[in-house]
Amino acid sequence: MTTYEATQAVQPTTFTGRLVRFIGRVPVHLTLIIVTLIWLIPTLGLAVASFRPRSEIGSVGWWHAFFHPNWTLHNYGSVLHSAGMGHAFLNSLYITLPATILPLTLGALAAFAFAWIPFPFRDTIFLFVVALMVVPIQTSFIPLVKLFRDFGHLNNQFYGIWLAHTAFGLPLAIFLLRNFFIALPKDLIEAARMDGASNLAIFRRVVVPLSVPALAAYAIFQFLWVWNDLLMALVFLSDPAKRPMTVQIVTLLSTYGQEYNLLSASAFLLMIVPLIVFFSLQRYFVQGLLAGSVKS
Amino acid sequence: MRVSDRIQGMLFIAPALIVLGICLIYPAYYTIRLSLYDGNFFFDFFHYIGIGNFKELLTQDPDFLDRSSFPWSGALVNNFRWVVVYISLSLGFGLGLAVLAVKVRYERAVKTIVFVPMAISATAVGLIWLFVYSPDPNIGVLNAIIHGVDPGYNPIAWVGRPSTVNYALIFAYVWASTGFAMVVLSAAIKGIPEEILEAARVDGAGEWTLFWRVMVPMLSLPIAVVTVWLFINVIKVFDIIYVMTGGGPGTASRVIAYSMYYETFQNGRPGYGAAIAVLMLALMVPVMLLNVRRFRSERITG
Repeated sequence: MTTYEATQAVQPTTFTGRLVRFIGRVPVHLTLIIVTLIWLIPTLGLAVASFRPRSEIGSVGWWHAFFHPNWTLHNYGSVLHSAGMGHAFLNSLYITLPATILPLTLGALAAFAFAWIPFPFRDTIFLFVVALMVVPIQTSFIPLVKLFRDFGHLNNQFYGIWLAHTAFGLPLAIFLLRNFFIALPKDLIEAARMDGASNLAIFRRVVVPLSVPALAAYAIFQFLWVWNDLLMALVFLSDPAKRPMTVQIVTLLSTYGQEYNLLSASAFLLMIVPLIVFFSLQRYFVQGLLAGSVKS
Repeated sequence: MRVSDRIQGMLFIAPALIVLGICLIYPAYYTIRLSLYDGNFFFDFFHYIGIGNFKELLTQDPDFLDRSSFPWSGALVNNFRWVVVYISLSLGFGLGLAVLAVKVRYERAVKTIVFVPMAISATAVGLIWLFVYSPDPNIGVLNAIIHGVDPGYNPIAWVGRPSTVNYALIFAYVWASTGFAMVVLSAAIKGIPEEILEAARVDGAGEWTLFWRVMVPMLSLPIAVVTVWLFINVIKVFDIIYVMTGGGPGTASRVIAYSMYYETFQNGRPGYGAAIAVLMLALMVPVMLLNVRRFRSERITG
């Protein structure tokens, strides 16, 4: 009898039962729908504005555009060429790719040693790296800018910002990857050692192939972090020709403050790569994000 | 411990440690030292002034901390407002959504939509919300909605007035971060054994009691983790403010990281900026100790 009642409470079988259940849950549905709208509408507004002609944006609200459609791709053409967003897009790529691969590689090498090669003060040094994870980037701004200025004008080239992003990405990379590596089966590593494999061979042939999910999660996290960054690009890149999209958009905002058609198209160009990464690699992305904060 | 292992281990970590040494450790020393100096354009140790920068920061700089009238104002107070409002709203929305979303069939859709802003740059989030807050009711959807409900309403420039600007910025950032809190807490909720919830229900607990007396206590660890993450995020918040208001109107929406950038790179006072950076570092020390302690205790138990 008890089992029967419990089942009924979860899944009512009569029409009245279903109706009661439905009415009881209307507040839940309503809340969720309102919340979803709050999260959708702002982005939707930007998307719609980016496809509307300039003359209409200030005169009729974007929400009317669905009833009187008058779409155009003109805004995208303008920002890509005359507003310099096409060039900035390439700069963003050129900044982001090395700034992802470098910390991934250096971090994986160090993480492997922290997990599987015994050496003096290993755990103390690792704890020190863990402590570095939350050092604010502001602490490094002044000395690094000075260093880049004094040595070969690195602030006018990409090397400086690559180095800075590598340094700030490393503690998390080492921390995440070391925790993943150390959970790999010990027998496997020991067997490879018995066969006479060197540490580097074990790293390349055993550890890396088994750790693709962790490596991918970190790579995506770091890629998006660098791609989306504004502050470090402002501080470490002084050559206007090397501006990434984030900085270019801020520049556009100060020159074309009211040209919402151009600004919205620029913002969408900035968002498109992260959105593609997000929707195609969602699983890794969420894992990386969770790992960065939760897994320890 | 074989000799070759000792050397190889060091070789494996050497590249990473060299980069960390150049870009994090040496700079931290330099910045702490510079905070005791009046810097110059070349970022040199120009003129030693002891704790003069910190004294000025906390007692003589109304843009950073103004205690002349109540309530206090300035970048430090603004950042404190961010800490309280941003953390509680992100956490509250995230927890509420996580609890409600598991009850419906379109859970995945809701979670994806709320989570997407996490992937987007704060620069883009800033632009998105500049549109929403626009005082022009043909552009700003927020003013348009209020105008639709109350035709006698005069549109408000949400980010153009000192009284609303901080909350407008905070809400935009909450919008971007709630997805994170929701995903972490939702994963934790699914980890709660169904028998425990069922047992509480059999004992006659309503959904509300169930939430406060069973779920929230069981989620205390993930809630703490999310809170720490949000705290780190809020101490370093910069991009969204730089894009949306540039710290304005006037200096009304400055925060610590904004003052650091402004004093160092726009106002030509690197020593003063270094002092602000040191303050930020000091705010992070508790989190640093927490991380190290958590890692240590896990090594003993696990």
